Amino acid sequence: MKEKYDIIVVGAGPGGSITAKTCAKAGLDVLLIEKRQEIGDPVRCAEGCAKEGLIKHIQPDKRWIAAEVKGSKIIAPDGTQIKMSEEDSGGKAGYTLERKVFDRALAQEAAIAGAEVMVKTRATGLLRTNGRVSGINAMYMGETHEIKADIVIGADGVESKVGRWGGIDTSLKPDDIDTCAQFLVTNIDAGEYSKFFMGEKYTPGGYVWIFPKGPNSANVGLGILGSKCGKVRPISLLENFMKTNMPEGKVIEIVVGGVPVGGPIERTVADGLILVGDAARQSDPLTGGGIINAMDAGKIAAEVCIKAKEKGDYTIRTLNEYEHRWRATIGKQLIRSLKVKNLLVKLSDEQLNQLAHSLEEIDTSKMPLPKVLPILFKKNPKLLWELRTLFI
Amino acid sequence: MSVNVNRYKCGYCGACVGVCPVGALELVETWIEIDNTCTNCGVCAKICPVGALAVVK
Repeated sequence: MKEKYDIIVVGAGPGGSITAKTCAKAGLDVLLIEKRQEIGDPVRCAEGCAKEGLIKHIQPDKRWIAAEVKGSKIIAPDGTQIKMSEEDSGGKAGYTLERKVFDRALAQEAAIAGAEVMVKTRATGLLRTNGRVSGINAMYMGETHEIKADIVIGADGVESKVGRWGGIDTSLKPDDIDTCAQFLVTNIDAGEYSKFFMGEKYTPGGYVWIFPKGPNSANVGLGILGSKCGKVRPISLLENFMKTNMPEGKVIEIVVGGVPVGGPIERTVADGLILVGDAARQSDPLTGGGIINAMDAGKIAAEVCIKAKEKGDYTIRTLNEYEHRWRATIGKQLIRSLKVKNLLVKLSDEQLNQLAHSLEEIDTSKMPLPKVLPILFKKNPKLLWELRTLFI
Repeated sequence: MSVNVNRYKCGYCGACVGVCPVGALELVETWIEIDNTCTNCGVCAKICPVGALAVVK
């Protein structure tokens, strides 16, 4: 460990590792820290991910692809199924990842690109010079250190502290978080599709997912909107789902976690500071997906860091480019997803069935969700009137 | 300490850390720490996926 780096990245998830790798490749002096002693473990993710978004960032590798899926099936409360997101060629459209291996592979790429990596190293605060963020307080093996940097990247996930220390309020209200539980279930027929079960019947303000992790096993999980949690908990609803729907299934892992679903927050940069991924609340409010968004944001953050280094200016003036670029891309999608989610959570199971039936005569199997939504709107203008600004 | 963590139940996911309005919680490996800025608001207990947290009255 040195006394000073160009960039310190806090958190070695996909967002942090892509930021570190991209900066290191450009010759910047990078330190990537991870507070856990094992990168990638414990997992807090359903591990589903579209192929298209992923291959922009890393060459697919069998070691971290648990399964390939043909597409998605959305299942309405009455059992009506809607197929989506298949590839034109009939090939595989998505992956279920093995995050324990995937996250390590990404951190390894950052390390090979030249970044220094420290595990079991926790940021405990920010250093400041003339009011600007200028490094971190860190704890490694019980000892505290001051490490300076021109820019600190907060990629510290749903539980992010870096933003708060930097004066950005990232605290999630109960409406802004999906609280989730997941079992890795084996001894089942996992099928070839990622499945999403909608409706209050299964879970309030969320959905149940089944993502294949191989022919005989799958991630089976569900989320509850935080504001609807308390009387019922994700873990007990999931146990019920298992009993009713896959009594033959055997649980070989429990995963729990919270997913930010509140949409874009007001600010993700400060002088000497950038937030990336779940820490910047960039996960999709509708699907809960965050891996690709975090990696895309990490890439943008790194490109802005490289520019800042060239200019020698680490203030908001230069770092604001990150803010503008991610909001123009990821941000727009988040806002659309938030609007759709906010409406969907209000619909009754009967209304969800109605939506599913309206698609019965349309072949949506090759369409991604953003293409299906306008069709849904056209067929159900009254029910979805709130979304008109998205489609008219 | 005003929130009790059932450490036999806790799945150390850190969701509670993300919702704490005052930043009183921290997750260190499998251990949830609660400092004395906790206001007893109970948001963490409400959203815990396994119900491991309880406000101590």
